[in-house]
Amino acid sequence: MTSLPQGSSSRKLGLVIDLDTCVGCHACVVSCKEWNTGGYGSALSDQDPYGADVSGAWLNRVHTFEVIPEGGEVIGEAGEARIVHFPKSCLHCEDAPCVTVCPTGASYKRAEDGIVLVDEDKCIGCGLCAWACAYGAREMDLAAGVMKKCTLCVDRIYNDTFEEVDRVPACVRTCPANARHFGDLGDPHSDVSKLVAERGGFDLMPEQGNRPVNKYLPPRPRTALAGAAALKPGQPEEESTEGATGFLRWLDVALDRI
Amino acid sequence: MHPAYSVIFFTVVSGMGYGLAFFLGIGLLDPATMAAKAAYLSALGMIGAGLISSTFHLKNPHRAWRAFSQWRSSWLSREGVMAILTFIPLTTNAALCVLFDIQSLPLGIAGTVGAAITVYSTAMIYASLRTVDAWHTRLTPACYLAFAALGGTLWTLFFDLLSTGSNALQLSLLSGAAIAGALALKLQWRARVHLQVPNSTPETATGLGHIGAVRLLERPHVNDNYLTREMGFRIARKHAAKLFRLHLIMAYLLPIIMVTLVLVGLTFAGFSAWYAVSAGLSLVFHTIGMFVERWLFFAEARHAVMNYYGG
Ligand code: SF4
Ligand code: SF4
Repeated sequence: MTSLPQGSSSRKLGLVIDLDTCVGCHACVVSCKEWNTGGYGSALSDQDPYGADVSGAWLNRVHTFEVIPEGGEVIGEAGEARIVHFPKSCLHCEDAPCVTVCPTGASYKRAEDGIVLVDEDKCIGCGLCAWACAYGAREMDLAAGVMKKCTLCVDRIYNDTFEEVDRVPACVRTCPANARHFGDLGDPHSDVSKLVAERGGFDLMPEQGNRPVNKYLPPRPRTALAGAAALKPGQPEEESTEGATGFLRWLDVALDRI
Repeated sequence: MHPAYSVIFFTVVSGMGYGLAFFLGIGLLDPATMAAKAAYLSALGMIGAGLISSTFHLKNPHRAWRAFSQWRSSWLSREGVMAILTFIPLTTNAALCVLFDIQSLPLGIAGTVGAAITVYSTAMIYASLRTVDAWHTRLTPACYLAFAALGGTLWTLFFDLLSTGSNALQLSLLSGAAIAGALALKLQWRARVHLQVPNSTPETATGLGHIGAVRLLERPHVNDNYLTREMGFRIARKHAAKLFRLHLIMAYLLPIIMVTLVLVGLTFAGFSAWYAVSAGLSLVFHTIGMFVERWLFFAEARHAVMNYYGG
């Protein structure tokens, strides 16, 4: 049934993604593909995998943006522009338009935890759900002809044969920068909800009216390199070389000379 | 948006078929004439060909029957259900007309209403998408209905002229009105597209607008993917403007000239079956014009996801 669940439970499982700590390494992208090509539903195929025009279905992708403050200068590292790596996967929207447009009932939102899934045996591959999603979270698998999307690793998070630490989505488990957090955003006392409250987590494209469950944490304010240089005289404690002895003392002096 | 030929063919051809079915249903052609029989078969042919072509763009067409199940929420499903429901009175009346030279008015009305709802459902598939600013307006179904009505009157006029021309005068006046109506709606639709401020921007898409202006630095990977192929189609504005002029000439200007010729002939020289040539030409021009319109409808539309892909 592609009508959205009514009076559903208050559980809203989802991700919180920290744009401050993401280093753009794409580890989550790869581990997502690795887990999901052998997990839920058909494999995630690639077309022309070893050729020049390789492309395929991925459920999680990292985009990279440049943000330029008003009047900010763009001069490489010294300018005010800043780079923000931006991982993006399905946001498991509360008002998921991808679900309601589906003509077959293949797309659905689970009442018990809010996860949005595709029943691949029902999908006709019309692609309308991908048109309805503003976030580019759905990609057609061209080999199987069915729509693929993030399952929130539904086959990991409830898997009792896994150790507790592994019962999280593959991307969360993999992230070396700890930029991805998983939990129940419907529970105001959960760790993820507290994190969102503390750091001012926000929705993507609120104007689209989808009420995404996943939240993003903004990058923390930073000092531009130019500003940091001006700090020189009163250098922070840990940058001072006073008191270095032996080899380190020699190194300090040698480096100062260069 | 990527202009898929199967969908363009489907929406244009079945739209005209439903338009013709609309006017057949209210009994504008005499069911005893050969022309009426040909008209019924043409309507069914256009609708059928369109529906078959629409399945070409499915990746798993053998499960297409499942698409009738979600009419409660999905306009695509509603369209499928309405298409099947409309077939029932339409084919019954077509059989009555071909075999017994009669048609039933209640069935005809049912077919007429069904045809209108089907076209409306098709349009709502597009109009209901919040992700495509250009489509997300009441004007989209208004245009689709106006185009179906226009195609329908031109076809009905053509078949009427092939037989006795008993309604030719009214039908050519109606065609003129339909041309004017469709033109007015389409111009309004397009003016809205050009005045529009995008609902979503790279700033809202990333939520980083509070820091400054956001610009894509790098896509997730260098090649195209399903999303950029499907949603990232772009057409140069100067070509779009040229194609739109072509649409105006083919879909409205040439047809109105042809219809006026018929009208002048009918008024000053009486009926002649030769006028059907003029009406036929108006259909040829109009159909080409509609293919151009539908191609642009997709090619010019920008999808919100392109905020993540720098397009
Ligand atoms: S992010 Fe896209 S695919 Fe996921 S629930 Fe929202 S609209 Fe649907
Ligand atoms: S592609 Fe599959 S899941 Fe998406 S709308 Fe079509 S049938 Fe539903």
